[in-house]
Amino acid sequence: MSETSGMSGTVGRRAPVPAEGPANLADILERVLDKGIVIAGDIRVDLLDIELLTIRLRLIVVSVDKAKEMGIDWWESDPSLSSRARREESVEGAGTDVGRLAARVAELEKRAGPEGRQEGSG
Amino acid sequence: MNPTQARYLYAYAVVRASDAVAGALETVTGVADGPVRAVRHGDLMVLAGPVPATDHGERQLAEHLEDLDWLERTARAHQRVIGAAAAVAPSVLPLRLATVFHDEEGARAMLGARHDTLLAALDRLDGRTEWGVKIYALGTARPAGTVAVPPPDAPRAAVSGRDYLRRRAAERHAAQEGVRREDEAARGIHTTLTALAQETRLHPPQNPRLSGQAGRNVLNAAYLVRREDGPRFTSAVAQLAERAPRDGMRVDLTGPWAPYSFAGTDASPESP
Repeated sequence: MSETSGMSGTVGRRAPVPAEGPANLADILERVLDKGIVIAGDIRVDLLDIELLTIRLRLIVVSVDKAKEMGIDWWESDPSLSSRARREESVEGAGTDVGRLAARVAELEKRAGPEGRQEGSG
Repeated sequence: MNPTQARYLYAYAVVRASDAVAGALETVTGVADGPVRAVRHGDLMVLAGPVPATDHGERQLAEHLEDLDWLERTARAHQRVIGAAAAVAPSVLPLRLATVFHDEEGARAMLGARHDTLLAALDRLDGRTEWGVKIYALGTARPAGTVAVPPPDAPRAAVSGRDYLRRRAAERHAAQEGVRREDEAARGIHTTLTALAQETRLHPPQNPRLSGQAGRNVLNAAYLVRREDGPRFTSAVAQLAERAPRDGMRVDLTGPWAPYSFAGTDASPESP
């Protein structure tokens, strides 16, 4: 598609539409594929069956283990902010195991760190 | 589109029945370059448009959804229609991509069967829009001077095994400290914005290959905000964005969106 690759809503082709919204494909895909109301139409297509990993993980979201590796897990320890837990359950088992292990390691490291235990050989 | 072609009906969103909204959508181009029209049933209507049946059957859709170019075209068209609806309608319920009916009768039957649920969701989201905020940690906030890296030509003998281990520990500690400070800054921003929003949803971080953004996406959140609070919310984001570079962060704002992240009728609020 020959859309401009700008980040903000600058697609001015259709003048009467003020709320074109952002042009970032990732922003759009995470909403139209994963949010919004699910209503079974006459044509039954379950997006969860459509190569979930291709569409959702490979393209939109950094993979679970990669996210852990990058340290993107701070909210997971916060019970009020746990939307990822559900999602990860629906993801392939192997990735989840890796993610869970990495999370566990990160948690242990965190616990060892700020508790004031002196590191080093002294 | 070939006029003799069989058509299905691609549905974008549910809104309260309104001539003004139906009229405003007439100028918008939808999926497969098709028009958009309103299919009414009582006090509700679904915004929908004809698409070629040959491309939108179950098997064809399943295939197309694996094709990134098709997916992008369709996703952008889907969002274009929903964005246009949100610009004119007080409340919009976006439907998931690829909601397809055989004909208007199917769409009307759906409106009838789910009338009460849909109306309740429209009421709940009335006058509210969604803003997206993403925070990137740029890795520039690592505390300087805590890691003494010896020059590469330092004499080999000077580095004992013990010094090496100590240095490694110091490096690891500095890196952890940097990440901790970034997370703390992100958490602070999220807390500030949550106070200005009615509801909050956290999305998984985005893949930099698709978003094209540099840095570690430490927060990818959606905030449901009253329309009249929009300026207050966006100026708060602007202030935070201005201050963010000091903490080695970048703050991105997107929106206003139709309340995609809050439309799910089964979703329970995540904010306390």
